[in-house]
Amino acid sequence: MSSRTVSRRKRVVRKQEASEFRFTREDVESISQALGESDKLKAQRMAAWEKFESLPMPSTSDEPWRRTDIRGLDLDRIKLQASGKTPVASELLQPLVAESHGALLVLRPGHAPEFQEEENLQEQGVVFTDWATAVREHAEILDRTMDTVVPAEDGKFAALAAAMSQEGVLLYVPAGVRLQQPLHSIFWAPGIDAAFFHRVLIVLERGASAVFFHETASPTENEGQTVHAGIVEISVAEEASLKFVEVQNLGRHVWNFTHERAKVAREGRLDWIFGAVGSQLTKTFSDLDLTGQGAEGRFSGFYFANERQHFDHDTQQNHLAPNTMSDLLYKGALVDQSRSVWQGMIYVAPEAQKTDGFQANRNLILSKKARADSIPGLEILADDVRCTHGATVGQLEDLPIYYLMTRGFPREEAERMMIDGFFAPIMERIPFDGVRERFRGMIEVKLGN
Amino acid sequence: MTDILEVKNLHTSIDGQKILKGVNLIVREGEIHALMGPNGTGKSTLANVLMGHPSYEVTKGQILFKGEDLTEMATDERARMGLFLAFQYPVAIPGVSVANFLRQAINAHRKARDPEYKGIPIPEFRKLLKEKMDLLEMAHEFAGRYLNDGFSGGEKKRAEILQLATLEPSIAILDETDSGLDIDALRIVANGVNTLSGPDLGVLIITHYQRILNYIKPDKVHIMLDGQIVESGGADLAQHLEEQGYDWVREKHNGKVKG
Repeated sequence: MSSRTVSRRKRVVRKQEASEFRFTREDVESISQALGESDKLKAQRMAAWEKFESLPMPSTSDEPWRRTDIRGLDLDRIKLQASGKTPVASELLQPLVAESHGALLVLRPGHAPEFQEEENLQEQGVVFTDWATAVREHAEILDRTMDTVVPAEDGKFAALAAAMSQEGVLLYVPAGVRLQQPLHSIFWAPGIDAAFFHRVLIVLERGASAVFFHETASPTENEGQTVHAGIVEISVAEEASLKFVEVQNLGRHVWNFTHERAKVAREGRLDWIFGAVGSQLTKTFSDLDLTGQGAEGRFSGFYFANERQHFDHDTQQNHLAPNTMSDLLYKGALVDQSRSVWQGMIYVAPEAQKTDGFQANRNLILSKKARADSIPGLEILADDVRCTHGATVGQLEDLPIYYLMTRGFPREEAERMMIDGFFAPIMERIPFDGVRERFRGMIEVKLGN
Repeated sequence: MTDILEVKNLHTSIDGQKILKGVNLIVREGEIHALMGPNGTGKSTLANVLMGHPSYEVTKGQILFKGEDLTEMATDERARMGLFLAFQYPVAIPGVSVANFLRQAINAHRKARDPEYKGIPIPEFRKLLKEKMDLLEMAHEFAGRYLNDGFSGGEKKRAEILQLATLEPSIAILDETDSGLDIDALRIVANGVNTLSGPDLGVLIITHYQRILNYIKPDKVHIMLDGQIVESGGADLAQHLEEQGYDWVREKHNGKVKG
């Protein structure tokens, strides 16, 4: 079944279309060839290209894109190129727990990946590697799992990323293996007038468990535009448990489009935490499919926009089996003239009885010109379920600020305390101090401290 | 030297409406004062004006504290000078635990005194907090809860007293701290105030009822009517109010209080 249940493809004649990408079939073929892909992978890639070519550029007359206008993106200047030489920002390389990472993988488009490993992963049968190595040495995993979670049909940019991705991360944890240390990967893509693509594929076999932190980042360039399109595919098998934290910290010149989807099988558990602070514009589709009885997914979002940033997060919680539980909490703060859109849907299939679905989006508007749109939705086809949703857009209130000031806090500190308190429910869901520190640092930067 | 809070001929208005019409009051460290009066006479306004609530405008008069004129001073500066207000309706601060809040509050106070101050070390703070909570007979898990968020009325008032104990002000104003408390909670709060009061703390208890004064013995009692303090006396004045109500005050001062 198609799990995207809202009618979102009403097309009308567009007056002014976004420009088209200048990529060709030959570009796609040469990427496949460079990676040395199997026939199956190549066929998938070419099919994605055809899908991409057949779909029009999204426009604001398409429902999912109604509040996100990409006509300001000048695709004529965008070309394939290696990423720039700016070294990875040092704070990104900080260990997540005490002194160490379980493993750290740094990807830079067009450059060799860097890999440090502290926990001996190979011995346990774990694969944590870059895309080229995955294609070369673990084709059977890719053949079996890739594109099964995020099909290219998901959208124009899903098809584009599937066709053009040369970089990526594969995390494969075999049945019963429970990793202790967090795995950490960074996709670092400096560049102007470039298009960068990458995909993340996470496969946890039955009873496996892992904690994985992935960051997509680049330094801000003062002029030009860059496109990033990505795919995140997560497959959590029966009784497996994954904690996945991802951070989007792209430069302010980047237009970012991602399709992300997790499938959680019977008694599986996913704790998915999402932080977004970068890019000029972001449009993300994140879907959680609870496909087996007793599957659970917790979905936490943190975003903080400033200047003229535009974040559009589209989430879908699909309950496709009985006794499943999903809990989405997205919290965002906005300053300056930034804008956020969150559109969420809980879908409960007819057979998904005894389902609990929760969904809440809270926005804190910190300046007069910022704006947040929050659009929750429920589509429930089973009758014995418990689903709640809530959306709020609010400002800092005077009374708590006054209260804090009576305790000796200067106004600025009082406001900061309220903002920290606002994000606390998300922070508490973040594993490891090192990751929490990164999130705190992002708040600091946004508040100009 | 004894720290003194002195209110001189204080007039204030909110949205153009006159509330305080010439309040005079002196509270010294080591003293317990009770400010009583019917609802709507300006008692809570006085508490908030002393603390510098931005909605109230001081149109005339002065507030002096430790020899400094507070009238133009921001709320947080007053707090750091040693003035404390326990709220009638304490405000929830979601996401900020009692412990985290108190630690940061201590740091705000100490940093104001010493810009180089690096913050209270965690072990020192834990010890301090434990002492204060034990003093007030509070369960330690209280420290981990979000401040006033989902607290019962009694818990909120106890959290106010815990803040008072931790921040160690020289003058504390308790605004209707007794309202909405059952008798057990009232006793606990009153015991807390009694435990904390001493030569280094002056207390101004604002209350509608005589009830709390069964547990806290004031040195002085003031009666407020229509924006002025019209009677001042000893503890017996509160007892008199309890027996006679406010009618005699109204009759005695009818017409004397400027409208």
